[in-house]
Amino acid sequence: MAETILHAKRPEGIVADWSSDQRAFKRISWGKAMMWIFLLSDTFVFSIFLLGYMSARNSTQSEWPDTDKVFSLHVGGVELPLLLIAIMTFILISSSGTMAMAVRCGYARARRPTAALMALTALLGASFVGMQAFEWAKLISEGVRPWSNPFGAPQFGASFFMITGFHGTHVSFGVLFLIIIAAKIWRGEFDRPGRTWLKSGAGDYEAVEIMGLYWHFVDLVWVFIFAFFYLW
Amino acid sequence: MVEVTDRPDTQVPPAEVPDVHPPHAHSWLSRWVFSQDAKYIAIQYSGTAIAIGLVALVLSWLMRLQLGFPDLVSFSPEAYYQFITMHGMIMVVYLLTAIFLGGFGNYLIPLMVGARDMVFPFVNMLSYWIYLLAVLVLVASFFVPGGPTGAGWTLYPPQAILSGTPGGRDAGIILMLLSLILFIIGFTMGGLNYAVTVLQGRTRGMTLMRMPLTIWGIFTATVMALLAFPALFVACVMLLFDRLLGTSFFMPTLVEMGQRLEYGGGSPIVFQHLFWFFGHPEVYIVALPAFGIVSDLISVHARKNIFGYRMMVWAIIGIGALSFVVWAHHMYVSGMHPYFGFFFATTTLIIAVPTAIKVYNWILTLWRGDIHLTLPMLFSIAFIVTFVNGGLTGLFLGNVVVDVPLSDTMFVVAHFHMVMGLAPLMVIFGAIYHWYPKITGRMLNHRMGLIHFWVTFVGAYAIFFPMHYIGLAGVPRRYSELGDTPYLTASVAGLNAFITIAALVVGAVQIMFLFNLLWSARHGQRAGGNPWRAASLEWQTPDTPPRHGNWSDELPVVYRWAYDYSVPGAPEDFIAQNDPWPARPVQP
Repeated sequence: MAETILHAKRPEGIVADWSSDQRAFKRISWGKAMMWIFLLSDTFVFSIFLLGYMSARNSTQSEWPDTDKVFSLHVGGVELPLLLIAIMTFILISSSGTMAMAVRCGYARARRPTAALMALTALLGASFVGMQAFEWAKLISEGVRPWSNPFGAPQFGASFFMITGFHGTHVSFGVLFLIIIAAKIWRGEFDRPGRTWLKSGAGDYEAVEIMGLYWHFVDLVWVFIFAFFYLW
Repeated sequence: MVEVTDRPDTQVPPAEVPDVHPPHAHSWLSRWVFSQDAKYIAIQYSGTAIAIGLVALVLSWLMRLQLGFPDLVSFSPEAYYQFITMHGMIMVVYLLTAIFLGGFGNYLIPLMVGARDMVFPFVNMLSYWIYLLAVLVLVASFFVPGGPTGAGWTLYPPQAILSGTPGGRDAGIILMLLSLILFIIGFTMGGLNYAVTVLQGRTRGMTLMRMPLTIWGIFTATVMALLAFPALFVACVMLLFDRLLGTSFFMPTLVEMGQRLEYGGGSPIVFQHLFWFFGHPEVYIVALPAFGIVSDLISVHARKNIFGYRMMVWAIIGIGALSFVVWAHHMYVSGMHPYFGFFFATTTLIIAVPTAIKVYNWILTLWRGDIHLTLPMLFSIAFIVTFVNGGLTGLFLGNVVVDVPLSDTMFVVAHFHMVMGLAPLMVIFGAIYHWYPKITGRMLNHRMGLIHFWVTFVGAYAIFFPMHYIGLAGVPRRYSELGDTPYLTASVAGLNAFITIAALVVGAVQIMFLFNLLWSARHGQRAGGNPWRAASLEWQTPDTPPRHGNWSDELPVVYRWAYDYSVPGAPEDFIAQNDPWPARPVQP
């Protein structure tokens, strides 16, 4: 009887988890917890980059360039505004889809599909970075520099190179780690016993999911950059 | 396996994660240089922080000599600016932040929560080496043409990157910004470790509300740092672009020496907002670990449980949260809208509520306690007094109408040195006297410790009390020489000389303290495993100093909080956290 009374008083759900011993997030591994906390910190970095850009846009005396005109491609004699960016965004969001499929295959311990989907994600990410490099080259050839800009406010160039550069660096690191993990999975290293820096034992595919967290985050950040920089 | 039968509430749940042994060192290099053991990394962090702190100490001597004896010593105003800048930056970021989180955090978190090591030892090691790199880049700026930056530790643009400021058009400011960026990257690696170890790496029975307040302080400060450093990171990147690439994030249209500069259209105020969005939480990133540690020191050395443990935890969390909405109280004179000033003054004064809860609880812990006037206790009492002093002048400066006339006077200097310089430093000293026996197995020399304490405590007041008065008299900060200022009374010069002498003496006694640290490691009295008869987990390790992996084959099991002192009926005047008393452990 005493036991049931004790049981009735016991907290449940999140309160129980946080008042328990050992772990506050009960089913979360160390690596995944670290990635979540890192992403929280990184969210602050990107938010402050965007806030800095918005304030620069407010404080500058010159006209802010019309992004429809700056980011347009000349295709077949027609100016198509934001065409390249639309393709880039489509590709990056698609890569989140292939990443999600890779995570699902990872749960199923399907070695080759997981590796293949991660490689596809890396390919889409790399093509995103490639198109970004093309966009940079195009703007630079048109005379846009961090310190000046023929279309209007010099802060436009400064914010553009800083924010897309920082995001592109994130995507590039993501591609690098996607390739590393995909290669390791393809070679079957994740199915062998023993701890390495990416797994705790045989069949531990959690690195795929942690990689997925990072990738979806980078994708989500791009949506905000797209909205605040290109569409505004 | 130990099972406890008598009381149902002491039953310990089974282990949720397998006991992971940290990687063992295989070579001399990986054991003594590139060590992945958090305890060793802690000592590396602390040693580096103290070494660079000595540079900052010498810089403060040079400044004081200039201020106290302008007839004897004469540095150029540029050199003086470089001294204040590097002194401030080193003390706040590279000494205090690094030693509290990288030093005490690394040493105490795994031991106090009953873990074998941090959860990611390799990342932890990288954190130290990047920190060391940041320190080396900082030191390098002393040796480049033009010297280190003299922009003031707040690095406000536009002056920070213009030719009028030392290092502004030379390498000084570039190295400063690079060093800060490196520091933040290195800290983030460590900080993720500290946070995940506390959240996910505790031993069986160690609930969050059984953790010592030291861990609560360090943990909350770590989370705050992970959210506040991004602002400094972005501000540094943007300022670096302004300096190197000629962008104008923070640079308005300027005329310098009759020349219109290439800059235009940026907002210097944005930098101030970003800097202080980091800068104010930074005050508490330094203060919260001190709050936590001092709570433990007082409880142990007064042989009494901490008063209002739960309130202490919530106060730490409350202060941490509030400190993110007060930053613009550093900017009352920046010309912001008075309504903003009203908002930020209100939030600032609200912080006094959880802070006062903590001060009352420390005093109520001492109240009718069995106070042992050991060195940690002396420093703890010195902390409370100093912190209350500094906190009270904070009430002056938090109110807009009082702050405006006091802004940029020595009163401000006295205030922040009291509250975030001296007060945390007292705790660092107390903590070193307290945990040194665990780290080395020997006690620090008591006689040298007493001299250190009294000279530091009395001397610190001799330095900073008069500074309040000369500040009220109207002495501005950041002036290397007062020159011909008829509105100042003659006593200001005398007080300045007095402060300088006190500063030299207090500085010298720190050298003796460092000598004590080295001397006692070899010649100190042997301490045994638990010389203070403390209840928290780090004193219950099988070896002193704790071995690699901290514990024996089995991790400790925790049955109680860390504050069971002078419990009636208990066999001793403390009950260790891993002691199931009065229940009997049954060996199956």
